[in-house]
Amino acid sequence: MLLEVKGLEVRYGGIRAVKGIDLAVDTGELVCLIGANGAGKSSTLRAICGLNPARAGSVRYAGLDVASVPVYELPRKGLVMVPEGRGIFPQLTVEENLAMGAFACADADVPRDIERQYGTFPRLKERRTQTAGTLSGGEQQMLAIARALMARPKLLLLDEPSMGLAPLLVAKIFEIVREIAAQGVTILLVEQNARLALEIAGRGYVMESGAITLADEAANLLADPKVREAYLGEGAG
Amino acid sequence: MNRTPPVAVWAAVVLIAIVLILLPFALSQVGTTWVRIANFAMLYVLLALGLNIVVGFAGLLDLGYIAFYAVGAYAYALLASPHFGLHLPFWVILPVGAGIAALFGILLGAPTLKLRGDYLAIVTLGFGEIVRIFLNNLSRPLNITNGPQGIARIDPLRLGGLDFSTYETYAGVLVSGPMKYYWFLLLVAVAIIVLNVRLQNSRIGRAWEAIREDEIAARAMGINTRNVKLLAFAMGATFGGVAGGMFSAIQGFVSPESFVLVESIMVISMVVLGGMGNIWGVVLGAVLLSFVPEILRWTVEPVQHALFGRALVEPEVIRMLIFGLALVLVMLFRPAGLLPSAVRKRELAERAE
Repeated sequence: MLLEVKGLEVRYGGIRAVKGIDLAVDTGELVCLIGANGAGKSSTLRAICGLNPARAGSVRYAGLDVASVPVYELPRKGLVMVPEGRGIFPQLTVEENLAMGAFACADADVPRDIERQYGTFPRLKERRTQTAGTLSGGEQQMLAIARALMARPKLLLLDEPSMGLAPLLVAKIFEIVREIAAQGVTILLVEQNARLALEIAGRGYVMESGAITLADEAANLLADPKVREAYLGEGAG
Repeated sequence: MNRTPPVAVWAAVVLIAIVLILLPFALSQVGTTWVRIANFAMLYVLLALGLNIVVGFAGLLDLGYIAFYAVGAYAYALLASPHFGLHLPFWVILPVGAGIAALFGILLGAPTLKLRGDYLAIVTLGFGEIVRIFLNNLSRPLNITNGPQGIARIDPLRLGGLDFSTYETYAGVLVSGPMKYYWFLLLVAVAIIVLNVRLQNSRIGRAWEAIREDEIAARAMGINTRNVKLLAFAMGATFGGVAGGMFSAIQGFVSPESFVLVESIMVISMVVLGGMGNIWGVVLGAVLLSFVPEILRWTVEPVQHALFGRALVEPEVIRMLIFGLALVLVMLFRPAGLLPSAVRKRELAERAE
């Protein structure tokens, strides 16, 4: 297992946002974690990459205990997150943003890696000298993903890449996520848009008020009547 | 951008260098005071460049910056004056003073790591005052700083056989002490400018830029935000400390009164007026804000005498008035400073859209 989460618990003050969950991602998988607003998905993701301290339980990435590794070392070890709300640097140009993504890498490889991202995201190439703040929402999300790829991740954590995007763009972003996965990057995808997430993922976890209630192959989850009712907007009947 | 500069640029650089080197001769024609003023301008350039690292590069608003100047000044004063009977040479004091200032930088940085914006400004403001109040009161029970009386008879700068406090004549040209300090400060300023330019384009410079823009994202990029922020504080403090040491040597006297809040505000104004994050802008801001008040000091009274027959307003008061006015005008017409940094120019241009 590339990523193994056991009994993870996250608390904000007295509130248990994540109530002791188990999840695992194997090398090469695309796994999604779906659930409603406030289910604890983002808290889980942030705990995995050390941004939120875990109150209990363990997160092991590539055999390492994440709690014992400083946050800034994780990108160097191939664990990279695309934060919720993208977290691009709005005042820097597209190219500067990409270069910043390679902060953990050797400088010599940066120009080649940037060209590779332009290959995946031709839109970004057109906008290379524009400041990131002037990009559209979809382009900003592409930039956030491209910037994360600059760190050459082994495991990419995506936090709600569809947030605030028009349906057409959401489909485009998911297409890109699928492509990246096909290139061999392991992905853990956190999403509210359950249908699209399950369509591209191999396996899925369903999270509800801090606990994982279902874990199965994505196809099975798509067919599951409970999932269909709660997350895919279809009536029980 | 990295093309070799054309001949014209080099010619301009050489010309500016010659002007700067010969400037004290011209100034001393008007009066040695003006050489001293130029020296203080240079000290402010050092201070503004140091503060620019913290405020301009890393985006951490520091309102107590003058504390590091004080620390550097007192470090020099205590190690090279009859107060403790210590007379260490300059090349020993320089690293010690810089080190102590850096330590104070970390001392301020460590507890404020999680603070941003206004909150950080308040804490740093408090820090500046704490340092000044300590300097004022560390005279009892053990007399360390000599309290409000300050420390006098501080050794002037001596490098090798060169004494910076005496007049000398070389080949028929009279060279005064302030002139020697001027050239020395010019050398230090150039060194620090070069260091700043290199820093800005380095990995560390980029890390500061990332932190200024978005701290969470910076961490997600693999930047050790804690150390990088502390480094910004320590670096800024070091420059402040070096400037403070030079101040001590030039003045020969330090007291807590030189390190009041208004001084911090002055340095911040220089950075903001010149253009936060732009090294040349900051240098320009520092030079302008050090010379203009002095020019006013020498012109305001004669002008008033000529107009009204007597001095109606104190030059000090006019100085602050014009300062405020200048800052308001700059904020209105050049909100990113006289020479804005590329990034801040973009930021404001986008807001205006």
